[in-house]
Amino acid sequence: MKYVDEYRNEALARRYVEAIGQKVTRPWTLMEICGGQTHTLIKFGIDRMLPQEITLVHGPGCPVCVTPIEKIDQALAIAARPEVIFTSFGDMLRVPGSQDDLLRVKARGGDVRIVYSPLDAVELARKNPEREVVFFAVGFETTAPANAAAVWQAKREGLKNFSMLVSHVLVPPAMEALLSSPENVVQAFLAAGHVCTVMGFDDYEPIAARYKIPIVVTGFEPIDLLQGIHMAVTALEEGRHGVENQYARSVHREGNLAARKILDEVFEVCDRQWRGVGPIPGSGWQLKPAYAEHDATLKFEVGHVRADESPECIAGLILQGRKKPHQCPAFGTRCTPETPLGAPMVSTEGACAAYHQYARDEVRP
Amino acid sequence: MSGADLAKGLACPVPLPADAGGTVLLGHGGGGRMTQQLIERVFLQAFKNPALEPLHDGATLPVLGGRLAFSTDAFVVRPLFFPGGNIGSLAVHGTVNDLAMCGARPLALSASFILEEGFPMADLKRIVTAMKEAAEEAGVSIVTGDTKVVDRGKGDGVFITTSGVGVIPEGVTIAPDRARPGDVVLVNGPIADHGIAILSVREGLEFDTTLESDSAALNGLVEAMLAAGGADVHVLRDPTRGGVASATNEIAVSSKVGIVLRETALPLREQVRGACAILGFDPLYVANEGKCLAFVAKERAAEVLQAMRAHPLGKDAVAIGEVVAANPGRVVMESRIGGRRIVDMLSGEQLPRIC
Repeated sequence: MKYVDEYRNEALARRYVEAIGQKVTRPWTLMEICGGQTHTLIKFGIDRMLPQEITLVHGPGCPVCVTPIEKIDQALAIAARPEVIFTSFGDMLRVPGSQDDLLRVKARGGDVRIVYSPLDAVELARKNPEREVVFFAVGFETTAPANAAAVWQAKREGLKNFSMLVSHVLVPPAMEALLSSPENVVQAFLAAGHVCTVMGFDDYEPIAARYKIPIVVTGFEPIDLLQGIHMAVTALEEGRHGVENQYARSVHREGNLAARKILDEVFEVCDRQWRGVGPIPGSGWQLKPAYAEHDATLKFEVGHVRADESPECIAGLILQGRKKPHQCPAFGTRCTPETPLGAPMVSTEGACAAYHQYARDEVRP
Repeated sequence: MSGADLAKGLACPVPLPADAGGTVLLGHGGGGRMTQQLIERVFLQAFKNPALEPLHDGATLPVLGGRLAFSTDAFVVRPLFFPGGNIGSLAVHGTVNDLAMCGARPLALSASFILEEGFPMADLKRIVTAMKEAAEEAGVSIVTGDTKVVDRGKGDGVFITTSGVGVIPEGVTIAPDRARPGDVVLVNGPIADHGIAILSVREGLEFDTTLESDSAALNGLVEAMLAAGGADVHVLRDPTRGGVASATNEIAVSSKVGIVLRETALPLREQVRGACAILGFDPLYVANEGKCLAFVAKERAAEVLQAMRAHPLGKDAVAIGEVVAANPGRVVMESRIGGRRIVDMLSGEQLPRIC
């Protein structure tokens, strides 16, 4: 498969592992931002091929994981209403709220449907004028343009029965929050290539300068990650900081201008709660007032719903790179994919799910 | 519940025209004349064979030597018609394959239908025709059956349950606990076609592909494999729901052995790889309906592989891994770039991801 096979080449992978080994002289801690990158690292065994000196910690870039628990509870409340067709990407369905998840609401009769695109949800709204169609707009900058386009389209067509429950989050403020924490362990970032495909990487340069840290915009295939790690380690060893772009086949400095235009039309920056991490100022997007009639939080009056996390779940520490999944006492025992205490155990991009699925023997003490 | 029991629940079991509007009516499950007509015009016409024709409560079959294999499977699939088959062909292939995986020659099947009121009669006929053709191709007869009709909204068009019996010849001992260290793991062709073909036509997820389900009866292939490998064929398994990952995990646990799969050896069509990459699915967990995993003693593996490749359903057969003594109960994959990872059982269902 083009653009995949050449980035999964064994000989090339070995060469990069050797080159990293030759470059490294002392311990370094790198964080990959995106959960998709975490899964590639663990699935292909890259973390276990690297020299001992390099520690990879896994970042907060799993949109499912960081969606605050009260948003999940709001989604559950809306999805249980008889007039509602609740649409979502597949991996939100298993994420535990405080009591329930969407699959259970569906089993009890809620009309919960998986869609591949928010535009499919708009189409459902067209076809079912007597029903309320709600789309769960979750994700980082990557998924936001399509969601913005959907709500823009609905407004243009006057589809009053289409609304979105928005829980968008933004990467740069989360990186700042991690770096400014006294407990920060991260010495270099592998930034999320697809986020930068949309947004470009201008926003990362002040962060790299302020915290004197290398940031490498990195793709998602094994060779991408090895090359990104090599670039980051080289910069660290040479005492350089700044932004470099490994994922040049997809990312341009200014990002995708058409996508940024529609984002600017539909969304505005807001403060956002991150599941397990807490509130991060200016780290989210919400619908602009002009789109208020498509805001499911207002339409169904669920803004007051509050919920508490499982006290045992250490998702927050994991999403900040301060603990690894297997260092959680509940990992693989009280918390499994069948009985999750937190979202990282069930999301396709969750670090706990990656460790449990691909590497739980190797990481067990 | 028999058809007569179902009819008692109705306030007034008035006879209805047999072919009213060309749809299935509650009366078709009432046990009376309409049921009889449905059986005669649809089922008997398609499945016609000496064991079925007396329309007795059960079929009588001659008893043969060897041991008897007995299997049953329920079929619910959405959509009912998909590229490469429909619920009818699937229902025949599924049970024939379950018997074949025991090393048995399938002898006879039963077919039980739960129909939803209002289901188009033309669709039922298409399904029944597919069953007839699949059964003929597999060399097996459908010798007994049953039909029930449920209220509209209480079913999903049609559910089919098939059961089957087959005879295991002397000298064949296929069992899930017989995999031994050193065994080679063979598969008869590209994996994950069925699951992705079904997804490509599922409402709301449609995408364009020329991919067809691999649904097929494997008893002929298995016969050729057993002729070549004899008692050195230790385990057979069709990796249906849960895919190759779940099937190999079950065998690793039953046989108390480790299994190592090689990612580069896994046969996969380009379009399946592409679809899986887009949807966020791992093809190891995607269903197959015409694939067979065989665990064969190392010294006979080449012969069995050759026999598979000589059969139309095994022309793309390859070795995908081997059985080891280490890590009993675990399946491990050697990744494309040289790392290793666990291949776990699937927890629930694979769900399409966000990005």
